[in-house]
Amino acid sequence: MALLPLKIEGACLGRRGRRWIGPVDLELAGQGTTIVIGPNGSGKTSLLRMMHGLERLREGSLRWSCPLEEARRKQAFVFQTPIMMRRSVLDNLAYPLRLGGMDRKAAQAEAEAWLDRVDLAPAARRDALRLSGGERQKLALARALIRSPEVLFLDEPCAALDGRATREIEAILQGASTSGTRLVMSTHDMGQARRLADEVIFVLGGRVHEYSPADRFFDQPETPQASAFLRGDIVE
Amino acid sequence: MSDLWLGLQQAVWLVITLNGDLVEITLRSLQVTLTALVVASALALPLAALLAVRRFRWRRSVIAVLNALMGLPPVVVGLIVYVTLSRSGPLGVLGLLFTPTAMVIAQVIIIVPLIASIAHQSLRELWSDYHDLLISMNTTQRQRIATLLWDGRRALLTAALAGFGRAIGEVGAIMVVGGNIDHATRVLTTAIALETGKGEFAMALALGFVLIALALLVNLAIHWLGQTERGGRW
Ligand SMILES: Nc1ncnc2c1ncn2[C@@H]1O[C@H](COP(=O)(O)OP(=O)(O)OP(=O)(O)O)[C@@H](O)[C@H]1O
Ligand SMILES: [Mg+2]
Repeated sequence: MALLPLKIEGACLGRRGRRWIGPVDLELAGQGTTIVIGPNGSGKTSLLRMMHGLERLREGSLRWSCPLEEARRKQAFVFQTPIMMRRSVLDNLAYPLRLGGMDRKAAQAEAEAWLDRVDLAPAARRDALRLSGGERQKLALARALIRSPEVLFLDEPCAALDGRATREIEAILQGASTSGTRLVMSTHDMGQARRLADEVIFVLGGRVHEYSPADRFFDQPETPQASAFLRGDIVE
Repeated sequence: MSDLWLGLQQAVWLVITLNGDLVEITLRSLQVTLTALVVASALALPLAALLAVRRFRWRRSVIAVLNALMGLPPVVVGLIVYVTLSRSGPLGVLGLLFTPTAMVIAQVIIIVPLIASIAHQSLRELWSDYHDLLISMNTTQRQRIATLLWDGRRALLTAALAGFGRAIGEVGAIMVVGGNIDHATRVLTTAIALETGKGEFAMALALGFVLIALALLVNLAIHWLGQTERGGRW
């Protein structure tokens, strides 16, 4: 059963009378790569976490097109700061497979194949906490992709990386996208947004300010705030 | 002074010649305490992980009670176990009083709160690192607990060693429930108390050497585990 579209209606995050996200109305369709942009503190991380089900809604609703339990299994998340388990690189990567009930040998074999793909094979036996920032991000990405999720959320996966590491990550992402994974990713890097986006969600002040196809957003943004943001001006 | 000197010499002699009584008592001590340690760990470690992972209504109270139980005077634990196991007590029919099993029970009660509290401290930290990842991966509660126990195994070993240290050096409770019976329930600590009372310093000191050696070993191991943990290895 298809996961998408995802329908979000009047969704808010908040606590004790304070609200920092929403109301958000959004329908995420089945195809393409969605890039989430917006200034610091605008709510990119919160929006992604909300879609993934990591945040409890204070109001509104969020519905996948299949039962929730199934939807939870078919998505993955790459966090802004990668979370490394206190295990070897190989065991980090094999972990999601083991959760799915695969036996140790098979899981490790598949993990090794993925390590090759992300150029981390020489580090297989090392402790994951000893990896560099870029290597951690690649490992986190491979760990998120290893169970072939239908939807992958990424929260600024290249924020702390140099040009080369960024290109490596983008190549992996494009590969995943080609083989059918729906990407929803936030970024600060407008070049990256232009390279990857099929559609853009522009977040401002905890709301979806603009949601449109990438060409249209970059050529003719609908709102003055979006054009100001694209020019690099400060947007409040 | 020369009495003490003579006692020391004899004590060293008892240790190097592996005196029969000394070995028997040491082995019994290890047997009782290691059994208690295994049972207590099997109870305390999953409890600690559950307390870290799950938010239920009585969680805070359970943690508070565990911390309070850590301060329970052992001799009172001994008294409670004694009353429970004595012939007229609720479990009297089992006939466990003055057996090593009774000593194991008392030690388990004494060290479960200690192991659970220490383990909970470190597992809570680990859980705050792992929380988002494991929720995102849609793990079941069992999987979360298993993951924490496995990835936190060094810290858990430290907790268990602390429990061992407490149990092996404990005298009040096991004296009460074990009775310090020769060839049956006599262990290092109770034997030391007895020999000292009799003025047999040689045997008391020899037993003391063994006890000190065990305690030192345990603490060295804890220290070493702590260092490798800080070094980021596991
Ligand atoms: N649990 C929370 N409690 C209170 N405020 C929160 C909470 N989570 C997020 N916020 C607030 O919501 C706003 C959006 O935060 P969010 O992390 O989503 O921004 P962001 O767009 O990802 O920023 P950045 O670009 O710096 O990563 C911030 O003002 C933040 O302080
Ligand atoms: Mg963010």
